[in-house]
Amino acid sequence: MNKSPFNTALAGYLFVAPAMIAIVVFFFGPALAAFILSFTDFDIYALADIRNLRFVWFKNYTELLANPLFWTALKNTLFFVFVGGPLSMAASLSAAILLTENSVKLKAFIRTIFFAPVVTTLVATAVVFKYLLHTKYGFINYGLEQIGIKPIDWLGDPHWAMPAIIVFAVWKNFGYNMVIFIAAIGSIPSDLYEAAKIDGASPWQRFLNVTLPALGPSILLVSIMTMTGYFQLFAEPYVMTQGGPAEQTVTVLYMMYEQGFKWWNLGSASAVAFVLFAMMLVMTLIQGQIAKLQGVK
Amino acid sequence: MEKLKSLLFNLLVWLLVFLVAFPLLWMVTTSFMHAGEAASFPPPLLPKSPTLDAYHELFAGNHIEVYFFNSVILAVCATILSLSFNVMAGYAFAKLRFKGRDAMFNILLSALIIPAQVGMMPLFLLLKTFGLVNTYAGALVPWIASVFGIFMVRQFSQAIPDEMIEAARVDGANEFQIFTKLIIPNLTPILVTLGLFTFLGSWNDFMWPLIILTDNQSYTLPVALAVLSREHVQDSELMMAGAVITVLPVLLLFLVLQRYYMRGLLAGSVKG
Repeated sequence: MNKSPFNTALAGYLFVAPAMIAIVVFFFGPALAAFILSFTDFDIYALADIRNLRFVWFKNYTELLANPLFWTALKNTLFFVFVGGPLSMAASLSAAILLTENSVKLKAFIRTIFFAPVVTTLVATAVVFKYLLHTKYGFINYGLEQIGIKPIDWLGDPHWAMPAIIVFAVWKNFGYNMVIFIAAIGSIPSDLYEAAKIDGASPWQRFLNVTLPALGPSILLVSIMTMTGYFQLFAEPYVMTQGGPAEQTVTVLYMMYEQGFKWWNLGSASAVAFVLFAMMLVMTLIQGQIAKLQGVK
Repeated sequence: MEKLKSLLFNLLVWLLVFLVAFPLLWMVTTSFMHAGEAASFPPPLLPKSPTLDAYHELFAGNHIEVYFFNSVILAVCATILSLSFNVMAGYAFAKLRFKGRDAMFNILLSALIIPAQVGMMPLFLLLKTFGLVNTYAGALVPWIASVFGIFMVRQFSQAIPDEMIEAARVDGANEFQIFTKLIIPNLTPILVTLGLFTFLGSWNDFMWPLIILTDNQSYTLPVALAVLSREHVQDSELMMAGAVITVLPVLLLFLVLQRYYMRGLLAGSVKG
């Protein structure tokens, strides 16, 4: 009797139902509601009394595009994505290559050290970096001074605040992609290298002609994950700079948070969220297209 | 030549090890300094006379044990929720045949492109309506089920042979017994991985707790730390002690269960 497919199907529904209901109610539902919310003027008055809610159609979006802070936030976010993202990936790839060198000893230990920042609490390490980046008493300026570089007001100078956050982000994140790259390098057949060696290729040529092409799919995957992740920059400026100096570390998500949960303009915050979503989607699609054109995958 | 190259590589690697480890080591040594000691030039590496003052101040003056307790409760509950909801669903999507299964799973996968922050405004309003702002339940809502978790369990469940499940059915076991007595034991390694990911994720999470836990007594460690750091800008020693208390549990957990963590990381990265 238990063999009947009916029982199996029923069990199937019962097993997926709790998770599906939770995801629909707490994820898909709110995401859809946010889309509707972005066409309303939901603000602190509507929060107090829902009868104050009006449909304003595209007003939130047009106001957003007319807001100079949005363009600053967009510029800051794109700077973080397109400068911080590639730098993080370059650090990951370099570390992976170093850790797959035969001559390097204690690989497992070193890999653990390199990976440690990834699992640490973002807010806690951001606080640590805030002090390390201190102009006068911070170790970063102290170290730079030893090689003849004058102190930089990292978190106080509008030109340096975002680069400082990038330095922190590279330190915090490079271990993650490093592990993926190490696995990918490990799966490259060693006879490819032997053949290149016999052909007289230098280590650099071997890297360009064997390692890099073989890593194509991993690099694509890692770049999509890293860049879409970097679009969501929030905690670092919240903790390290509070969006300053001169709004140079206000990001799109930071703006969403302030609009939504500081000023309670939940309608306009939802519009910000959808603009962010659209940008991330476009980014993913473009990278997918590039991959197709280059024949990766 | 080869020897020189090898020496250079090793030097470079150990320089990097130093640079990467330095912030965490400095965090630990500074947390044992006397108040104001770190703010001197040149910046001190080690405390002159190690003290627990900063830790004492955190517990006595700032009640960090309250936030620590909140963080532990939330991370433990999130792990239990994730291990029940995701594992049942992931197994069913892999091994139980029912109508609409693949369609449902594809809808789930589409969730991966939507950033979690998009729904935060309506989710806040929903929870506010039910009086769940400033409650553990409100903070736990995003952790009940996750597409990533379901995906991971499904992937590993597929490796369980159908014949084994079929044999159990022939022996008269019902689907629930099969799940608890046969599937769960077979999935143990991936359950450790999923549990670890959820625990670390919940412990380190910032934005949602910041939004939903607005009352001082309900803060988690990261939220409390962010608030404290705005009030105590000059107190590096105090803040470093707070950072140590926040980071140490997850760092130790990772060190002990590293093998399981890497397995999950690589499984997740294959999915694309």
